[in-house]
Amino acid sequence: MHELGVVFAAMDTLDDIAKENELTRISSVTMRLGEVSGILEDYFADCWHWAQKKNDLLRDSELKIERVDAVTVCNDCGRTYPTVEYGRVCPYCGSDQTYLLRGNEVEIKEIEGC
Amino acid sequence: MQDPIKVIEVKESVFSNNDREAEALRQRMHDAGTMMINLMSSPGAGKTTLLSATTRALADEMNIAIMEADVDSDVDAHTVQEAGAKAIQLHTGGMCHLDAAMTEQGLAQLGFEGQDLVVIENVGNLICPAEFDTGAGKKVMILSVPEGDDKPLKYPLMFEVSDLVLISKIDTLSYFDFDKQKLERNVRLRNPNARIIYLSAKTGEGMDEWLDWLREAVREWKA
Repeated sequence: MHELGVVFAAMDTLDDIAKENELTRISSVTMRLGEVSGILEDYFADCWHWAQKKNDLLRDSELKIERVDAVTVCNDCGRTYPTVEYGRVCPYCGSDQTYLLRGNEVEIKEIEGC
Repeated sequence: MQDPIKVIEVKESVFSNNDREAEALRQRMHDAGTMMINLMSSPGAGKTTLLSATTRALADEMNIAIMEADVDSDVDAHTVQEAGAKAIQLHTGGMCHLDAAMTEQGLAQLGFEGQDLVVIENVGNLICPAEFDTGAGKKVMILSVPEGDDKPLKYPLMFEVSDLVLISKIDTLSYFDFDKQKLERNVRLRNPNARIIYLSAKTGEGMDEWLDWLREAVREWKA
């Protein structure tokens, strides 16, 4: 259910991009989905395939998903580590003053169309 | 001949369209002098109870309108109407959040002209409402004591985007393992700038602090 709302938002944005670029058909869409974006790739793809049937612009487009691994950086020791494995606490120095460097992307990277 | 296929590098968040609509709406409401607040929480954290108490307390000072967003039913709109607020019920048709376009439609139905304050009571959910900007001037979330002090760790985005975190049902503190210090620490990790207010709409504890925050938010918006 959560993914469906995100798919609708993506399709809304794609409609605008198509207008700006005078496209009548989009043949592929490449998405970048972060590991900790809260989006499940399988659910996202299922929702996409359901919704694209109702959308003339996207009816025949191929969905490509690129996963972005989540990386956290430690403010205290400056090192980076995989977010999902270690969470919020730095595995090197034990600090909890850390922030997410990447991994929450929900981004349209590229489209092909004519 | 078929048109050649164009490859377009987009590199845009899927939320960017909604974000643009939200920004335009925010500007319109600013020009109209109407402060809009997006109130978010889990189901049962006390949004409707707090809004009823708030409406009763501020009825003589300002015009308040409330937009209730739910998947279905209109029980919440009736409840706040009984407290004296102008209210409408929006049905999201199964969607788990309100976006800027739905908010705009709701405002058109409600008519926000002459209102000092519009409060959106968003769908009870700590995930999707955080991702979709509605065009509100401030975002407020409620976390109730029974939900636990660890929620900022589990729903980081909700706490990151909120200007104010209200800890509700504070009168039940002695019944739950809810540690205020842990909560504050967990909120600070996600959002160092968020204000935290502890309150109970039932006993009235903390209500003055919340009402003052609201008065100030409305005053600043109109300034």
